[in-house]
Amino acid sequence: MAQPETVDHPRSADPKELAKFEAMAAEWWDPEGKFKPLHMLNPCRLDYITRQIAAEFGRSRDDALPFAGLRLLDIGCGGGLLSEPMARLGAEVVGADAAEGNIPVAALHARQSGLEIDYRHTTAEALAEAGEQFDVVLNMEVVEHVPDPAEFLATCARLVRPGGIMICSTINRTPRSFAAAIVGAEWVMRWLPKGTHDWRKFITPDELRTMIEVAGLRFLDRKGFVFNPLSWRWSISDRDLGVNYVTTSRRPGAAAGATAPLSARG
Amino acid sequence: MDNPPDTGVSEGMETDVIIVGGGLNGPALALALAQGGLKSVIVDSLPAERRADPAFDGRAYALSLASRRLFAAIGIWPEVAPSAQPILEIKVSDGRAGEGAAPFFVHFHHGEIEEGPMGHVLEDRFLRRALLAAIDSAPGITHLAGMRAVGQETGGDGATVTLDDGGKIRGRLVVACDGRQSATAARAGIRRTGWRYGQTALVAAIRHERPHGGIAHQFFMPPGPLAILPLPGNRSSIVWTETEAEAARVHALPPEAYLDHLRPRFGDFLGDIALEGGRFTYPLGLSLAERFVAPRLALVGDAAHGIHPIAGQGLNLGLRDVAALAECLVDARRRGEDIGTTGPLREYERWRRFDTALMAAGTDVVNRLFSNDNPLLRLGRDLGLGVVNALPGLKRRFIREAAGLTGELPRLMKGLPI
Repeated sequence: MAQPETVDHPRSADPKELAKFEAMAAEWWDPEGKFKPLHMLNPCRLDYITRQIAAEFGRSRDDALPFAGLRLLDIGCGGGLLSEPMARLGAEVVGADAAEGNIPVAALHARQSGLEIDYRHTTAEALAEAGEQFDVVLNMEVVEHVPDPAEFLATCARLVRPGGIMICSTINRTPRSFAAAIVGAEWVMRWLPKGTHDWRKFITPDELRTMIEVAGLRFLDRKGFVFNPLSWRWSISDRDLGVNYVTTSRRPGAAAGATAPLSARG
Repeated sequence: MDNPPDTGVSEGMETDVIIVGGGLNGPALALALAQGGLKSVIVDSLPAERRADPAFDGRAYALSLASRRLFAAIGIWPEVAPSAQPILEIKVSDGRAGEGAAPFFVHFHHGEIEEGPMGHVLEDRFLRRALLAAIDSAPGITHLAGMRAVGQETGGDGATVTLDDGGKIRGRLVVACDGRQSATAARAGIRRTGWRYGQTALVAAIRHERPHGGIAHQFFMPPGPLAILPLPGNRSSIVWTETEAEAARVHALPPEAYLDHLRPRFGDFLGDIALEGGRFTYPLGLSLAERFVAPRLALVGDAAHGIHPIAGQGLNLGLRDVAALAECLVDARRRGEDIGTTGPLREYERWRRFDTALMAAGTDVVNRLFSNDNPLLRLGRDLGLGVVNALPGLKRRFIREAAGLTGELPRLMKGLPI
């Protein structure tokens, strides 16, 4: 099933990867279901994302709709675990997923939550070719699933409006990440189906930084997402980027629709 | 909202958090949430006049330093501070009626921790009225006084509480602050566990001849402990424990006979004593909810855990729930999450269950150990307390525990903004 026929040559959409995710789509919003690890990681990811957006665009997270007026793209939106919180904070959200089955699941849930989100069955390439641009591009846990990360990141960079930011997270290629993401999450805990991740596709923070800079973005920040098996929760770390990590980078140039004082940062 | 505030509620009233219970924890939670931009509706079964009654009814609380910080953070400490008595020292001793304190006793002095007085004693009337005034002037808080919640429905997209006048309130989350017999928790099918001690606490305020010097006393006696908490002026609040039958008998005595019964326990170190305000009894028992959360529901204070009030920790524990829950919910809001979903609720439960179980077990053990007249146990106790007194590190830990400074403190209890 699930050859994404409606999309022209989706270079970021490896058909085998897509089929795996289609099969999981209905389970997205069950915190105890197949996406339990993502639900567990989500507060930590959202903490990082919301703080970065607030800092880069001069917003306060204590305002009622702190991200009002910001156009945001969630690449690989899945069931909307990131799109919904962003919409709730006032952003104008486009959720894109190359797996067609995710779109109705996400749209249905957004309606139940009383949120307006523009979910589309499309790819980063198709959006870039259509000339779409965003103040914020969320590129979370996607890079390790695409066949050509450098090319994919170059496409994502084109989707960032001058002065806008991209937040990108992925998994490091270390012995520890093999132990945690493959042996731990897939084999032992069975959090993820076997074969969800291919360790060889994992990318080190330095490799990611180079690819992002080659794509024309300025690298701003990187942090680790660290799972503590004793407290059974994730936290943000300044130093430990050994397994999961996240980065923020900015496309140089004045902010078009957003607030001004970005270009002075660095 | 386009409905009149005090004459029933129309269909379609919307808020973020529906708080059932208007005692102390409910209003404190509403104020903490308001600071983080979350709206709330408080459903309070008592009419506002009862909450605003200025008369002293004899009830008072020993507020920990952590609780005081919470009150400062939600803006009510300046209102109540002039009426609060700082606790400068705590003396814990073991005694038998008529014999006075045993030679070994623990003496906690606030100079042994750097944060200042380890607590304050505050009369219920001042706290109650300050909270009432604050919720009635804070933006985003609707206070429905004299109304009862009679039903609740929770679902994937929100929660609805039905009131006794047929009105409905919709929100993201329901918080039960309705006490040990929480009807809200019962409606959600949350069972409780616990036991009675066969003891009853007698609570009263007394006036005494000599100044108390800001010293709180805890005498451990065979029927149960007697706590003397200093109030402003030559007054103290006492909590005194007897067996159920004896407590019922003493409670029914006329004032002079009541005092005659109290005097040998109290001793004469404060001179002659007289009753002031009312007298209360509270049957002691431990009551713990099997869960502190359910879908779109969180339990706070006695609704989650009613503990033995032996060290005045009931309100302090409840306020810790308030600060922890407010932090979990406000953090979730800042992340853009739906505040009534499993994530933030489970975070709250994980945070509070451990502390509560520890405190409940701790006060239970202390009570069982001290409510005993076995001479060997008495000796062990005396020596035990003497040992505590001799070990500065251990004692500092005890003082910090009494001041509410141990465990993972919520930001509002560290003196930080939410």
